[in-house]
Amino acid sequence: MDAFTTHTGTAAPLRRSAVDTDQIIPAEYLKRITRTGFEDGLFVAWRTNEPDFVLNKPEYADASILVAGPDFGTGSSREHANWALLDGGFRVVISPRFADIFRNNSTKSGLLTVVLPAEDVAALQDACEADPALPVTVDLEAREVRWADRTVGFEIDDYTRWRLLEGLDDIGLTERHLADIDAYEAQRPSWKPTTTPV
Amino acid sequence: MGRTLAQKVYEQHVVRRTEGEPDLLYIDLHLVHEVTSPQAFDGLRAAGRTVRRPDLTMSTEDHNVPTTDLLAPIADPVSRAQVEALRKNTAEFGIRQAPMGTRDQGIVHVIGPQLGLTQPGMTIVCGDSHTSTHGAFGALAFGIGTSEVEHVLATQTLPQRPAKQMSVRVDGELPAGVSAKDIILAVIAEIGTNGGQGHVVEYRGTAIEALSMESRMTICNMSIEAGARAGLIAPDETTFEYLRGREHSPQGAEWDAAVAAWRELRTDDDAEFDREVVIDAASLTPYVTWGTNPGQGLPISGAVPDPADFADETDRRAAEDALAYMGLTAGTPMREIPVDTVFLGSCTNGRIEDLRVAAELLRGRKVAADTRMLVVPGSIGVKQQAEAEGLDAVFTAAGAEWRGAGCSMCLGMNPDQLQPGERSASTSNRNFQGRQGKGGRTHLVSPAVAAATALTGKLTAPADLQEVSA
Repeated sequence: MDAFTTHTGTAAPLRRSAVDTDQIIPAEYLKRITRTGFEDGLFVAWRTNEPDFVLNKPEYADASILVAGPDFGTGSSREHANWALLDGGFRVVISPRFADIFRNNSTKSGLLTVVLPAEDVAALQDACEADPALPVTVDLEAREVRWADRTVGFEIDDYTRWRLLEGLDDIGLTERHLADIDAYEAQRPSWKPTTTPV
Repeated sequence: MGRTLAQKVYEQHVVRRTEGEPDLLYIDLHLVHEVTSPQAFDGLRAAGRTVRRPDLTMSTEDHNVPTTDLLAPIADPVSRAQVEALRKNTAEFGIRQAPMGTRDQGIVHVIGPQLGLTQPGMTIVCGDSHTSTHGAFGALAFGIGTSEVEHVLATQTLPQRPAKQMSVRVDGELPAGVSAKDIILAVIAEIGTNGGQGHVVEYRGTAIEALSMESRMTICNMSIEAGARAGLIAPDETTFEYLRGREHSPQGAEWDAAVAAWRELRTDDDAEFDREVVIDAASLTPYVTWGTNPGQGLPISGAVPDPADFADETDRRAAEDALAYMGLTAGTPMREIPVDTVFLGSCTNGRIEDLRVAAELLRGRKVAADTRMLVVPGSIGVKQQAEAEGLDAVFTAAGAEWRGAGCSMCLGMNPDQLQPGERSASTSNRNFQGRQGKGGRTHLVSPAVAAATALTGKLTAPADLQEVSA
């Protein structure tokens, strides 16, 4: 996973609520067995069917920050949704509220999800609609989003922030505790099932 | 202070707890399918890692598999490559795999319980959000992404943080023709698709206790549709009876020890929930969805809502978008909405009880002329049992199509898809735009409503049929 410290880019306003993972990337685009190349499925139905869709507008072609309505990422556990956003050039999604699995996946894939109050999200959407070239900075070290003369703080727990800043992968961290896992396994009840064919 | 069932199961699985870090949680069972696993296996290989506990891992192919020509190679080369990757990966890492057409193949969330692998008090994960299904047994079961699939394969653990606790209490007796699916659609309509966010939901109350295991699975399955991390139900005699004698259930003295432990898995009387919702079972009627998320549902006696009636601007916009996509006009009675396709199946409603309920309504009747009905059992095991009971003959005599097992039209990764503009009544779990095929329009329903709808060609409650024939 790439480390995330601070990112400055332009932002695209996605004024929709409850954007589900089937909209972010439909199931038929999940058949690829590689880890990259999912940008072709990103919001493909809206990009295909709605000429006015925000990501069809040339002024947002280089946007790297998506500013969405509440409940972004509901539905499936597909991490492909995070990969599609990354492959499509996004490093950050800002929303008043995220679905749990999407948000958790984002901490594993290096896509930063930032929760801001609804009024700040609306203000940022207005600002990048008025000026699509407006630079927006997402500063993970300072836990701040900055644009024009505004600075809005956001919350993220220290542990997740540290992992993202360092770009650390969880498996390596867990492998430091193999002795604890061994000890736990030694006391598991014998009646717990195994999948070994009977 | 007392603890909830979910808290007890969680605490029993904490491998390591340190201030300022997530807990490390042990995983008792990891279910694997072809869509969310190939990149995880690649990650293991790239890092030179192995699968720590292949004996706690089970895999099958479900999302991509066709439901016709089961023994022929998969025609879609991309789907075939994904299924072949799973076969190669599971062979390389020594993981049990149930290929298409074999007895143990089916939707992961159907085969776990069928084999007796899903038991009370376990932690169960899968790269699939409907893993919450297994909570019906009093297990803590939740969906994970591919990075976490790799983590569990490598370490049999996951970093986790305790969730908030929510109680959904359903007391009273369900009216005839009203089922578990109607309960959960009503719950989601009430609390919204974000109502459970950050919470594990425990379903409790006399109406829940009266449900079969199949019905409990239907309810827990859709916990994610309310935004919850997981949903679960305390194990009881119904649970133990379901598990007794199954292939991977404990035997002999082990069974007695297990049941003794399982009986302890109850929420303490003095436990506190962060949120409590109460539903009166007697007040429920068959539910259907009108929109493009599972919270946009209402009793079938209702009419398509008017977006102008929504006070909240976000809800109003969502309703406007949904009506435009669904091709519906505010005020249209739900019962007057015609459907092209009826889909009976999925991890929500693809078990034997679901097929029995639908077959009973279809017996001796015919599917409407312009409607097609697909019946897709959740597993080969369910298919074989249904055939032993003669249900397949009932479905085919009524004009429905009797198919092989898999996820099928729930998400249309195989050839079973809606055409643009086509409308379905579907026993699955998501009515998202395009979920069942590009431009397809989905109304979520129970198996009984699905069968009644197939007979009339319009959204229909089972009670409506009796009125017709009376």
